[in-house]
Amino acid sequence: MKATLKVNGRTTTIDVEPRKTLLDALRDDLGLVGSHAGCEHGVCGACTVLLDGDPVRSCLIFAVQADGYEITTIEGLAPAPGELSVVQDAFCETHGLQCGYCTPGMILTGHALLQRNPDPSRDDIVDAISGNICRCTGYGQIVEAIEFAADRLRKANAPRDLTGSDANQPHVDPAAATDAPQQGVLEAAEADTPHGGRS
Amino acid sequence: MKPAPFDYVRPDSVAHACELLAADEDARLIAGGQTLVPMLAMRLARPAVLIDIYRLPELSGIRLEGDALVIGATTRQMHAERSKQVADSLPLLARALPWVGHLPTRTRGTVGGSVANADPSAEIPLVAVTLGAQIDITNPDGASSMPADDFFIGPMLTSVMPGDCVTAVRFPIWQQAHVGTGFHEVSARKSDFAFVAAAAQVALDDDGRCIAAALGIGGVGDRAIRLDVDGLIGERADSAKLRDIVAAATTVLEPTSDLHATADYRMRVAVTLGTRALQDAMADARGDARPNSGHHA
Repeated sequence: MKATLKVNGRTTTIDVEPRKTLLDALRDDLGLVGSHAGCEHGVCGACTVLLDGDPVRSCLIFAVQADGYEITTIEGLAPAPGELSVVQDAFCETHGLQCGYCTPGMILTGHALLQRNPDPSRDDIVDAISGNICRCTGYGQIVEAIEFAADRLRKANAPRDLTGSDANQPHVDPAAATDAPQQGVLEAAEADTPHGGRS
Repeated sequence: MKPAPFDYVRPDSVAHACELLAADEDARLIAGGQTLVPMLAMRLARPAVLIDIYRLPELSGIRLEGDALVIGATTRQMHAERSKQVADSLPLLARALPWVGHLPTRTRGTVGGSVANADPSAEIPLVAVTLGAQIDITNPDGASSMPADDFFIGPMLTSVMPGDCVTAVRFPIWQQAHVGTGFHEVSARKSDFAFVAAAAQVALDDDGRCIAAALGIGGVGDRAIRLDVDGLIGERADSAKLRDIVAAATTVLEPTSDLHATADYRMRVAVTLGTRALQDAMADARGDARPNSGHHA
């Protein structure tokens, strides 16, 4: 049976059995193995992908049901080859992963949360990832990663009030030109603080 | 591939879906698939044909009809959860929906699917029974409707006959000026199956006296049950009788024991959560700040 899938912006038609899940189609027919097969019956969240921006379990939808949606897999989050999205980078910064098996699902779930709610509370984050099981981290650093990503996204390109106290604030840290080359490339986490946290 | 092979069809109308369903006893309807697909994966279900009704426009959407808010069967749980109409007219359902599965299952899971599935611990059937909702059903002979209390028979058992398709759930809207709701649930993990869930809705008069009360308990027996709490009529939120009224009402429950919780535990928790849900509902109706909290055992 034909299934036309739009994955990460590209539309492909594949020929699959109706019983083939979207997860298996992504992995076997489209070569996108970033969506992980865990329990394969809707319990663990490792196979999470976004359908029109909302997280779903790709093991609980058949490929033949998935036409007409904008499907986003972990491969579709990075802004360019070799780069990481803000949420992906935050997981690296806070060590929000160990074995990495749950990570694509966690990142996509976190990404979807931050698209709807730029300032989530810790409870909001815990609630959002409650359907994703991690057996390594104990979740603390995953929650931290999403908090960190939220903070960065809120601050990035934030409009300034040009009539108030923001008016004379530089858009670029003037010290960055001098302290960055001398002390090596700033970690992104440090770059968020004045002078990269260095006095 | 984990499921056994099946044919897949996407009918263009409910009538067409019912025809297909009636023509083959091994055919099953699929909508959100959040319960059916795991059953297929474990081969607990092996239908020959899956009839996909998920995208039928006539089955989806939320509309006001008289004193009822009618939620189409394939309306996604997520959309009901985010609906302003639901928040305004059916606060009890709005309060219960975040407890249904997890967000990634509510994204695809449907309101009608949860009702048709009839899990005894499920929140949407509990709200339907508590509020006395009507379930709309279509089959090749035409459309009909039945009260939620008649619809649910037992665990995963409903009055739906072969060839029937649940098309909508009609939730009555309470028109009183001061309506409040409360919802409590105990489960092993966030959004896991409820050991006990309690849903309450009350209406108070201008003096703060109860003029209508509904309390439903899920997860305790083989289906959600609405209890008789009419003893609350005329009482105020701080009534000392509240717990006694709930305790007396819960004697009709027939709790079951399983791996997770004993019958005795379920009974005690039902009284406690039922009392809390009613207290919350009364405080909510009076406009007090009211915490809504869940409990994880």
